[in-house]
Amino acid sequence: MSFVDYSVEPPVVEGKPPLSSIDDAIIKPIDAKPTKAWFVAIAVSGTMLLIGAASLAVTFIFGVGMWGVNQPVGWGFDIVNFVFWVGIGHAGTLISAILFLLRQRWRTGIARFAEAMTIFAVMCAGLFPLIHTGRPWLDGYLMPYPNQHGLWINFTSPLVWDVFAVSTYFTVSAIFWYVGLIPDFATLRDRTVSRIKKIVYSILSLGWRHSNRHWQHYEMAYLILAGFATPLVLSVHTIVSFDFAVSIIPGWHTTIFPPYFVAGAVFSGFAMVQNMLIGIRKIYAIEHIITIDHLEKMNKIMITTGMMVGYAYGMEFFIAWYSGNSAETFVFFNRALGPYAWAYWTMVICNVVFPQLFWFKKIRRSIPAMFVIGVLVNVGMWFERFVIVVTSLSRDYLPSSWGFYVPSIYDIGILIGSFGLFFTLLLLFVKSMPVVSISEVKGVVEGAQPSHGGSH
Amino acid sequence: MQDARLYSLSAIFQTPDEIAHAAEQTVERGYTAFDVHSPYPLHGMPRAMGLKASKLGYVTLVFGLSGAALALFFMWWVNVIEYPLVIGGKPLFQLPAFIPVTFEVTVLMAAIFTVVGMLFVIFRFPNTSHQLHDTPYMKAVSSDKYGLTIQALDPLFDEERVREFLQDLGAVEIHRIQFDAEEIEARPRIFEPRFVTLLILVALLVGPSTYIILNHVLYMPPFDWMMEQQKINPQMKSELFADGFGMRSPVEGTVARGHLPYPFKGQPDLAGKFLVNPILPTESVLELGKKKYDTFCSPCHGNFGDGDSRLRGQFPNPPTLHSDKSRGWSDGMIFHVVTEGQNIMPSYASQIKERDRWAVVHYVRALLRAKHATEADLR
Repeated sequence: MSFVDYSVEPPVVEGKPPLSSIDDAIIKPIDAKPTKAWFVAIAVSGTMLLIGAASLAVTFIFGVGMWGVNQPVGWGFDIVNFVFWVGIGHAGTLISAILFLLRQRWRTGIARFAEAMTIFAVMCAGLFPLIHTGRPWLDGYLMPYPNQHGLWINFTSPLVWDVFAVSTYFTVSAIFWYVGLIPDFATLRDRTVSRIKKIVYSILSLGWRHSNRHWQHYEMAYLILAGFATPLVLSVHTIVSFDFAVSIIPGWHTTIFPPYFVAGAVFSGFAMVQNMLIGIRKIYAIEHIITIDHLEKMNKIMITTGMMVGYAYGMEFFIAWYSGNSAETFVFFNRALGPYAWAYWTMVICNVVFPQLFWFKKIRRSIPAMFVIGVLVNVGMWFERFVIVVTSLSRDYLPSSWGFYVPSIYDIGILIGSFGLFFTLLLLFVKSMPVVSISEVKGVVEGAQPSHGGSH
Repeated sequence: MQDARLYSLSAIFQTPDEIAHAAEQTVERGYTAFDVHSPYPLHGMPRAMGLKASKLGYVTLVFGLSGAALALFFMWWVNVIEYPLVIGGKPLFQLPAFIPVTFEVTVLMAAIFTVVGMLFVIFRFPNTSHQLHDTPYMKAVSSDKYGLTIQALDPLFDEERVREFLQDLGAVEIHRIQFDAEEIEARPRIFEPRFVTLLILVALLVGPSTYIILNHVLYMPPFDWMMEQQKINPQMKSELFADGFGMRSPVEGTVARGHLPYPFKGQPDLAGKFLVNPILPTESVLELGKKKYDTFCSPCHGNFGDGDSRLRGQFPNPPTLHSDKSRGWSDGMIFHVVTEGQNIMPSYASQIKERDRWAVVHYVRALLRAKHATEADLR
């Protein structure tokens, strides 16, 4: 049995690479011509995006009647996808902000990519409430502004909170991401030989000079942003859950929703980050920067949040029985045994059963196994939102107004399109910007910091 | 004497320990216009450089708190003052329901202004033509080296001594960084033909395309607007009728409700004889009559019917209503004059409703009686 010394933090970056080699490893793929695999990937994701665009065009021309939604299920794939994508985004902020505050230095290798994922996922998410209104060209009314009708929005509505939460989340995430990118753009500016790239990077880096008089404020700003992003990310999915919890539909009207939604969001987000990073580190040959230890740590977070989600599933059933509320009890019987039981059990098996395999260290460190489990978790988490949205609406209090929801082909097209948008943006990102924070990784390489006690 | 074009002497060091030591020594020597450059933030460097703690947090505090106050005040103004709506029987000012938006606006304001304050106020970015840019020195410190720059404007700066000092510290390279002569003499060239042409092209592109988008594209499918509906509005052309008019006249020989024509057209005598005031002079009727009289009649007839026009000669004054002739008129006759007009007085039929005209008649009667009260009226 090998002995592990837990008092010493293991190195975050494997080996002790010279700093300039980090530049090379991260920047080379940006400077090189795209490979054939990249073109194949973007062709596939672009096709998916176009499928979504065509479905959206049909929706815009003929109206939301093209979707499967109708009475009583007025929220279908649109809201399911919205909650799913917002959730995916949460892992990025968790990695970049919460783990930063907790001084988890291993986050440096994956933070940039996870943040980019956050931004793209929130873009995908933001699309759905906008198209869900039916006439998206009137979405300006969502914001409070003095208009000629003398109308104002209702600030006590959870849907308005949602508008503020998601737009703030997107803005702050984008700022956070950009602030992190500034020093890297400066490094790219100083390395590049292409004239056009030089101009672009000069503008993007704003003239960053790597000055320590700047670094001092920069680190403070980063700390402040992380401090704000942390409660922000918790608030966003809390507010998303309020869309449901503040209503009086059985199965929605529960106080467990905010923590349950946040845990689920982190769970699915980590699964997505893990899946993407497995590909990135392989293609970029940066396995020494994004190590198997990173992936293992992410799997550990997945098993933790997965069990939180499992606990919430159980607790919902317990409260349904314990409250003695017949409508609530019925909803949960209906979920497990009703017409959508297949969706419910898909969700339970994918989210609760499969992640338990991560108890085994071999599986936790096996790339094919963790990849499959990550995909299953995302499938399960998508079905969780489907179960919550659709089962509760399709059968609420009055049996005479029950219905059954079947998505139309356009619903599915838009879902595919949202994945297309996400992957297209990611592919463009990995080709144009450093996927790993160059300055942060340099700072955590062994021997990169002045030795303590020597000079001060 | 120094070279006026010299910006700084910049030295490159190999290890973090050397640069930390160099920074401390620089402070000890009393140099103030110096800076340390490194590809990533170095722990303990602000202390070694003798920098004061960053005050950025105060910016965040001020803007975060103003964001919170602004959001809360705005929601109070909207929901209580400007657009009060009772929702779910709850009070107009619902603090718990305002917390989410207050929180989000606080975070948004704090985050934006922290970064804006740092980048654009403290750092004075964007500045892409600093003397250090594009030097071998900057290329080294942005990759894997550590740099110490002592500026020529430092009061203690002496090129030879600084060079010696840097060498003693263990610098591997020392760069002389100079102001770019061309750049110093460069003037802003906004009137350069190429730039002006670009501006004109942008204007030519943006103007018409904005016009087309706002006036045409937004009214093509799938965009639909509530004010643009598929129906015939007044004055619009209709394809349905042979005459092409969207507005239709009533069927011949019929009269719409409430639109019975005036039966005594041009016949004041008959009107005076047969028309009877159908309403009673109650207090509310007299008040209505006064209101209408003051609005429509008083400009010419004066506030009390004396013919003392309020128009100060811009229109011929009518004779007083208190003459014996008009006092002898019946209610029907007065009604007829209001309805049809008389001499240069126009018809008020379209401006005062029929019932209101009768109320005016009552009020005029009251005015006449007030000026010619008999003893019996005092009782």
